[in-house]
Amino acid sequence: MKKAVIYTILIVFAMFYLLPMYVLLATSFKPLSEIGISTMWNPPKHFSLEGFKKAFEKLSKNLKNSFYLTIPATIISSLLGSINGYIFSKIRFKGDNVIFSLILFGMFIPYQSILFPLIRFLQSIHLYGTIPGLILVHVIYGIPITTLIFRNYYMEVPDELIEAGKIDGASFFKVYSKILLPLSIPAFVVVIIWQFTNIWNEFLFAVTVTSNPEKQPITVALVNLAGSQVIEWNIQMAGALITALPTLIVYILLGRYFVRGLLAGSVKG
Amino acid sequence: MRRRLKKDTIIGIALAIPSIVAIAIFVYGFIVWTIRVSMSNWNSFSSLLRGVYKFVGFKNYIRLFQDDRFITDLWNTAFFTLFFLLGSIAIGLLLAVLLDSKIKGAQIFQNIYLFPMAVSFVVTGTVWSWIFAPGILPDDPQGINLILKKIGLDHLMWNWYTSTKHWGPFNLALIPVIVAAVWQLSGYTMAMYLAGLRSIPVEIEEAAKVDGASSWQVFWKIKFPLLKPITLSAMIILGHISLKIFDLVFAMTGSGPNFVTDMPSIYMFELTFRSNRYARGSAVAIIMLLMVAVVIIPYLVNSMKKEVRL
Repeated sequence: MKKAVIYTILIVFAMFYLLPMYVLLATSFKPLSEIGISTMWNPPKHFSLEGFKKAFEKLSKNLKNSFYLTIPATIISSLLGSINGYIFSKIRFKGDNVIFSLILFGMFIPYQSILFPLIRFLQSIHLYGTIPGLILVHVIYGIPITTLIFRNYYMEVPDELIEAGKIDGASFFKVYSKILLPLSIPAFVVVIIWQFTNIWNEFLFAVTVTSNPEKQPITVALVNLAGSQVIEWNIQMAGALITALPTLIVYILLGRYFVRGLLAGSVKG
Repeated sequence: MRRRLKKDTIIGIALAIPSIVAIAIFVYGFIVWTIRVSMSNWNSFSSLLRGVYKFVGFKNYIRLFQDDRFITDLWNTAFFTLFFLLGSIAIGLLLAVLLDSKIKGAQIFQNIYLFPMAVSFVVTGTVWSWIFAPGILPDDPQGINLILKKIGLDHLMWNWYTSTKHWGPFNLALIPVIVAAVWQLSGYTMAMYLAGLRSIPVEIEEAAKVDGASSWQVFWKIKFPLLKPITLSAMIILGHISLKIFDLVFAMTGSGPNFVTDMPSIYMFELTFRSNRYARGSAVAIIMLLMVAVVIIPYLVNSMKKEVRL
């Protein structure tokens, strides 16, 4: 009896969370002839890839842009975070905690408060409106979260391990590459998933730093597509599904690391 | 030995310097630059081109607080934050407690509740905008309204995010946006609570049960107080997200009629990038920064102190 109540509540909520997924799938696989207000909630009678073909035509360039942006930005910011994490966890120096807190604050600010200077700066170094410009932006504003996750992870590595390495005469770089790096794989997985998801999904920098539709990441292109295809819902929803797919695949394959990243970003500084 | 350690410290600091300098310039330097712009007369493209800086003090800020649209934005942010937090925390806690009760399939439910976190706000906005699109009432309802009509609840049909109805300063058009935001982030609070519940030792619960406590009492008297710090973290993390919410509203509704779903971030975007009022846009951005800072700085200071004590 009690179990039945629990399952009922859980299933009702599962339906709420899956509702948009149903909308995406049911609508994107419909042919245009089945798109209409009265049948908008029905599943497709005939499966059609028409919507996907048209959405892909319109979004393929932006999809590519998003990969060109996300992959290098993710790799660079993970490496940077790993080095910073090592320094802020194992090498103590005066004022390190204050500096670390000041760095952390950078991940909470509304980016609107740096946006205008950022764009003027990117214009002055001729990176405005380019993917490398966006990569630079994501690497820099990714420093706080990547440093935080690696720092918290390295805090758990016993100091004795590092000291033992030093007594054996290992240099700074040897300690990092021979002792810490091999232990860091789980932290790298968490950070890479976190950065990949966030950079892929990001919109504010994308829409303000790139104005040329050819150069825009997919999130911006999707908003434009959804605004222009108000009647052809199948194209709109297929576009939304294409945009969501890469991060969803990562979530499905590596979900538990994703959860760890989530919690790392919140539980403590 | 000592010399070695010292050398490592120097190398370490040298390696950290690029990141520290980058943050110093791109976060703090740029904030100062934005403050400077917010106190200038750069409210047209030509004034920016001329590049002559004229200090006008707080004039742009004063103008904002006399601006009905900005006042609406502040109210919208307040109500959006309030209900979004309540919804996410209540649902997150409920689901975490249910999933923690050792039932079969908990992992599957957990995955379903969390997947929206992996989806872009832009996708969420697109889909929920479709779901809540009201259609033409009363004869041609669409989306949710269509379902309401089919099940005979015609009287519940309304204009959702295009409605200009309001209770005092609360614009009811925000409700669909709040639903979409809760949909996206309540899984996050669930994950936080679940981690908290699972870290409570089983022995505590067993001891209480031996003493004759019911599960209800165990929850409210023992577990719930232990979850307080998690509730606080959740409020701060979600709160700062909602104070600066942009993508979701931009993709789902935009400003709406009479700015019913407008937010400071949207106004900032339009001022800066659509009407070249850089100074006014920067003033909005700085007010947003202050709102977030009030929430975040005590949190950061506090978590740093705790760590030192450990």
